This record gives sequence, C-alpha cells and structure tokens, in this order.
Amino acid sequence: MDSTGEWDVLVLGGGNAALCAALTAREAGATVLVLESAPFDYRGGNSRHTRNMRTMHEGPLDVLTDAYPEEEYWQDLLKVTGGLTDETLARMTIRRTQRHVPWMKAHGVRFQAPLGGTLHLSRTNAFFLGGGKALMNAYYRAAAAMGVEIAYETEVVDLALAGRRIDSVTVDCKGERRVIRARAVVVAAGGFESNLEWLREAWGPPADNFIVRGTPYNMGKVLKLLLDQGARRVSDATQGHCVAIDARSPRYDGGIVTRVDAVSLGIVVNRDAQRFYDEGEDFWPKRYAIWGRLVAGQPGQIGYSIIDAKSMGKFMPPVFPPEKAHSVRELAGKLGLDAQALEKTIAEFNAAVRPGTFDHTILDDCRTEGLVPAKTHWARTIDTPPFYAYPLRPGITFTYLGVAVDERARMILQDDQPAANVWAAGEIMAGNILGKGYLAGIGMAIGTTFGRIAGEEAARHVRG
Amino acid sequence: MSAAEARRTLPELVEEAQRVLAICNACRYCEGYCAVFPTLQRRLSFTESDIHYLANLCHNCGSCLYACQYAPPHEFQLNFPRLLAQVRRESWRKYAWPGFLARAFDANGLVTSLATAASLAFMLLFAALLDGPARLFAAWSDAQGSFYAVIPHDAMVAVFGTVSAFVLVALVAGFARFWADTGEGRIGLAGAEPATGALDDALTLKYLDGGGDGCTYPDEKPSFARRRFHHLTFYGFMLCFAATSTATVYHYVLGLKAPYPFWSLPVLLGTVGGIGLLAGPAGLLWLKWRRDPMLADPDQKGMEAGFLALLFLTSLTGLALLAFRETRAMGMLLVAHLGVVLALFVTMPYGKFVHGLYRFAALVRFHIERRRPPPVTAPE
Repeated sequence: MDSTGEWDVLVLGGGNAALCAALTAREAGATVLVLESAPFDYRGGNSRHTRNMRTMHEGPLDVLTDAYPEEEYWQDLLKVTGGLTDETLARMTIRRTQRHVPWMKAHGVRFQAPLGGTLHLSRTNAFFLGGGKALMNAYYRAAAAMGVEIAYETEVVDLALAGRRIDSVTVDCKGERRVIRARAVVVAAGGFESNLEWLREAWGPPADNFIVRGTPYNMGKVLKLLLDQGARRVSDATQGHCVAIDARSPRYDGGIVTRVDAVSLGIVVNRDAQRFYDEGEDFWPKRYAIWGRLVAGQPGQIGYSIIDAKSMGKFMPPVFPPEKAHSVRELAGKLGLDAQALEKTIAEFNAAVRPGTFDHTILDDCRTEGLVPAKTHWARTIDTPPFYAYPLRPGITFTYLGVAVDERARMILQDDQPAANVWAAGEIMAGNILGKGYLAGIGMAIGTTFGRIAGEEAARHVRG
Repeated sequence: MSAAEARRTLPELVEEAQRVLAICNACRYCEGYCAVFPTLQRRLSFTESDIHYLANLCHNCGSCLYACQYAPPHEFQLNFPRLLAQVRRESWRKYAWPGFLARAFDANGLVTSLATAASLAFMLLFAALLDGPARLFAAWSDAQGSFYAVIPHDAMVAVFGTVSAFVLVALVAGFARFWADTGEGRIGLAGAEPATGALDDALTLKYLDGGGDGCTYPDEKPSFARRRFHHLTFYGFMLCFAATSTATVYHYVLGLKAPYPFWSLPVLLGTVGGIGLLAGPAGLLWLKWRRDPMLADPDQKGMEAGFLALLFLTSLTGLALLAFRETRAMGMLLVAHLGVVLALFVTMPYGKFVHGLYRFAALVRFHIERRRPPPVTAPE
C-alpha cells in the first residue's frame, strides 16, 4: 500500500457498499484505495453472510419472477419501519435496484434460480449464487483486475473532519501507524454491532446476552469518529436488525445457520415458562426480524421455541439439534424451566386452540380463543410426544445508528449541509431508510445503491 | 488441516460429515452450484449410505469452499470438498471387489508404481521367454508382421483377455455393491430417463462448471480449464478404446492383420485419441500441481498423479510405437506400451479410475430422486 502519495478516492470499509463504490470510482478513472480492517479470510464485513437483494422490477427480470413494483416495495418498507424512514431516499433506492442485477453480473456476480425453501421470495429477491461471500469474491476479483488497491488488516484509528472535509485518515496497518491522504473519502465501514461495549452502553446489561450474528470486525470506529466530529446522526443505538437465533450459537459470525424457523409452528416461552407474543401473527419471513427484540425484552434475554412431533421436520432444519423429551415435564427439566409452570402454560394453550384446517403455506384458521397473548394462525395443540425445544437469544445482525446522507450519498453534517468530500454508503447510513424493523434483502439494496452513487460522486468530485 | 493430520477412519468421517451436513442443510447458500446441494436438502438426517452417495456425486469443483462463510479459519472449520474427497476414497475401499484388494487404495501411488514396474517386467520376460531376446531387438517391417513378430497375437489376446475380463467383473461388482447400499432397488425399474440423464451429465461434465462460470480450480478464480482437460482425457481415452475395438473387428471380422497403415481407421482413431490422452492428463497434472491445497485430500495426491501418469504413458508409448514401429526400437517400445497398458488395466478397479464408475451411479440415483416430490418444509 502506497501511503506517500494522495489517492483520488479512499474507501473506508471492505463490504458490499465499499466495493460497489470502489469499482464505480475506479471505472470513472479515479485511483482507489480500499481499507479493510479484517484479514483476507474475513473480508467483506456482513456482506459475506448475506444471500439476496430485494429488487424492484416491473416484469420478469433475470432470475426474478412476475413483478415487484415500486409502490408495493415502498408499502412493504413503510410497514416494517412504521414510518421511520425517509421517503425520498427510500423511493430513490427502490427505483435504483432495478439497475443493479445487470451491473452486478457485469462485475462477476452470479444469480441463481431460487429452489427449495426460498420459492416464495423469487418474486421480490434476487439470490446470489453461492451467497454473499461468493458475491464479495467476485467484487474483489473485479477490483483487482481493474487496479483497485486493497489494504487488508488496515483499520482506521483516527480521522479529522475539519472544514467540512476529510483530507487524511490515520490507520493501523498490521501494527504500523500510517497517514493516508485522499481527495475524496467514501465511508462504508459498517455499524457497531461487534462492539460489545457500545452495545452495553445502548442496551444496558441485557446486551451481555446478545449474540453477534455477523462479522466480529464491525467495531464502529469510523462511525464514532464521524458522529463525534460533526456528522448528523440518524436512528438510535438500540435500533438494528435483530433476530431470535439459537442460544447455542457462537458469540460472533454464526451467520445464517443460527436461525430457528420453528417459532410459528409452536409456542415460545420465556424463563418463567410464560408465553409473551403471538407466534402466529404472520408468515415467519415477515416476522423473524421482530423476535430478536421480543426475546431481548424478556428476563435473562432467553426464550424457548417448543413444538411437538407433529411439527418436526416441517421447517428448515436448524444447525443445532433440539432438546428432545417424551413429556412436557421432562422437557422442562432439560431446559431448566419450572415443570409445573410449563405444563400449565401448555395445557392452557391447548385448551384455547380452536379446531381448524392447518396449512402453513397460508394464514390459516388455526387459532386460539380467549388466550392472552393469542396465537392467531397455525395454532395446534402441543400434545404429541416427543416434544422438542430450541433455546433462543437475541442475535444482532446489524445496527442502524448512522450518519445522515442526501440523495447523492453526501454525508450530512450537523448544520444539515453536506460535507465537501465525504460520501457514505451501506450499513453506516442504512438508518436513513431503516429507522427500525427489517425487510429481507434490503440491506444489500441500500448498500449497492449508495455504494454505486458514492463511487460515482466521489470520482466526479476529483476528476471533474 | 495440515497434510500431516492423522487419516480418519470411515466412522470418524461419517460423524464429521453429519456435523458438516447439518450446517450445510441449515445454510443452503450453495444450492445453485451442483447436484449435491439439492440432494442434501431433501434430507433431514444422513446415513452412511447417504454420505457415500453425496461424496460420489461431488465433482470437487471447489466453488462451495470459496463461497463458504464457515470455511477455515471460521470456528466451524467447514471444508466440504475435502471431506467428501476423503469419504470418496472410503467408498471406493468399501465397495471394491474382491474386498482384500481394497487395501490398494491406502498407498495407491506406491501400489500404482509397483504395479507398473511389475507389469513392465512381466511383459519383458513374457516377450523374451516366448521367442528369445534376439527377436526383441531386431527391426521388423510392417510386411513381416511387426508387433506380432515380437509377441504373437494369440499370446497378447490371452494376457489382455484374461485381465480385461477380471477388471470388468471387478468393476461391475463394485457398482453393484454401491447400488445395493443405496436401497433404490433394481436400477432398470426407474426406466431409461435416470440412466440417460446421468449419461448426459457425465459426457458433458455438467457439474464441473461451478454453477456456470467454471469451477474454482486450481484456485478461487473460476475457469473451464479443468473441464477441458478432463474432456481431452476422457474422449482421448474413448478414442483409443475405439481404436482397439475397430482393430479387433479388422482382425476377426475382416481378416486384416496389424500393423495397419497410418490412414487406416484404427491408427487414425488411436493417433487422435493419443494426442488427447497426452494433452489431457498433462493438463490435469499441471492443474493439480498448482491446486489450492485446501481443495483436496493431500493423502490422495499419489493416487491421482499415478492414474494420470499411467494414462499419459499409455499414450506416449503408443504414439512412440507408431512412429518407430519399423525400427529396432519397436520391440522394447512394444514391451513398454503393453506393460503400461497392463498396469493401467490391473489398477483400474483399485485406483482413481473408479471415480467415474461411482460418480455415474450417484448421478443415476440423483436422476431417480429428482423426480420425486421434495419434502414439505415451512417457508424459510
């Protein structure tokens, strides 16, 4: 890495948004240096754990079936965020996603026709062949081919946002301090979900029971430096994409396999063997993103998804085997729950279940009556041994606290005016669009959209 | 993950495969790459038979390793292609017939070398004892019968006929034993489609394409080099086989005796095939040399190199024999060629050659299975 000269465009971060910016800027003629804090094997931030991108299309587009028009996409986003979004930025992002698939293919990304358990997403989401790590490999190959310089294990430790500009950053490159100068800077360094201290600051003691589902390298250093030095903040530190995952998952980097898709088929109880939310409120793909926060709100931040033999094998197989028992009492013992309390909860639930025709592919008529909280779909009695349980913990995937941007991806300062030579893309600015909640595949939509805009704008700034 | 790690036994490999398959089945990001992933996704648990099936369905294209978010150094230490390569050798050991010869898979490079040396020595002695060493070093014109002046036709047929019959029985027995373990019932019962589908996949090397851009072999960059070299090898081999078959027809049906002129069908087929069989194995060896060590089972390098070397030498000695068949070198070249071919034949059921046999069986099963409805699971 050459730290003597001045780079046209310096990209902080090495995930999807960062590489989209780097490729675009390089193609516009700029010299580009990418600073990736992770080592080669862990490059790509959380993008290495992604799988698809939510994509608007007016008709069948490549691997996408049917149509997913702007208005429907916008309504889906509005619903999950409860209005905590910026309509201008959101609609711009939605419209731009139409152009991404061909661009991504031109840079080596391959898509797959959806198979197996993902059929219902083939209309809204374009799936990457091999997933996000394969996508990142393709982008890094394209970057190398066009002469983008990549510095791995190079972490930004300081930067000065002065006179609305960042003219240099200080990095720790494999233990060595260096100052790197640049004419334009794209910040795409992700959120702070790997920073347990910061999570604890935001969430208090419950954060100690959070599992970080993604990269251990998103420490939020760049985000903090920017917020401390005058970037305008969006969203807040407790907002993020947080799902309920298997409590036995590794502390970091467990990724997709830590999911537990049994929730809507049974009941979920807390440490006191009490139910606390409608497990059958909506299809699981539309609800998984709220269960992390729900479990985070329970004592000890733990929940247990309980099903019986009727439901076993009817959901995506989780990576860890369930606790299995031949009676509710035995199951309670294995989970360390009060047996009487669990028996009572299940008995009350079973008594409240109304007869119906079970069909997991529709919002069926199997529901409870007179129970609080109700289970409004797929409610079937839990009475056929063996009984199974999966322990659940909040799994933080990414955070929404970020820097404000405008439509040109320019970073906005506290006076509501843009910085002169700083652009932001990806998770570090996702909170502009995602104030809360989550929509599958929208992180990649935001990252690709703003990455490409940031790269283009930064290159135009330096090349004229 | 070092080359020095102790070789795992079949039960250990099965246990490791069950751990890895549980991760793959919960992830499913690789489902678009090849036949292995849709096959594993049909199952919630995996028996040893399933694991043999999946291992032999894998073409070791490597794409899933580079795409894997759980590949080393991740704490899950997931290296699917290497694990399946390790299982494959255990499958070949398990189904080999007769069973005691399965040990040939253990130090296969050594076994192949020894078999080659023994075959060469045997052919030399055979030729020398048959009609005296003097004839071996004389020059014979085509008109004088060339090859058969050194080793009479009937003697050649006796040696290679016996060996071929044994090899054929051993290969059929291995296939049958593998198939019996799948529990699929008689292979013909599923109709012709599974067999023709598998044949199509095998002849085009459909799954040696990494999902479209070529396999990530010898490194992370997708390339079709391996598929092309494999095609050269396979079709080169088949052309050589066709050359021998047409020569047999010439001999017994048309009454035409070798050696045949250059522009005759057997020689043309053999020459074109021979060139393929030089370029193909050489290319595959070159790729193997440069291969990312993560991609393979380091223990099997000897087996892979030994088989490719025998194919290469078969072609090299065959072409040399064609070029020098009217010189004094012919006798020794004939001994060398027949010795190498004999070694290739006797090691066939106990070396890398069988990958094609079991892969084909696995592909047939895949085509039977894909017509069945998939198991119902809740929306992801």
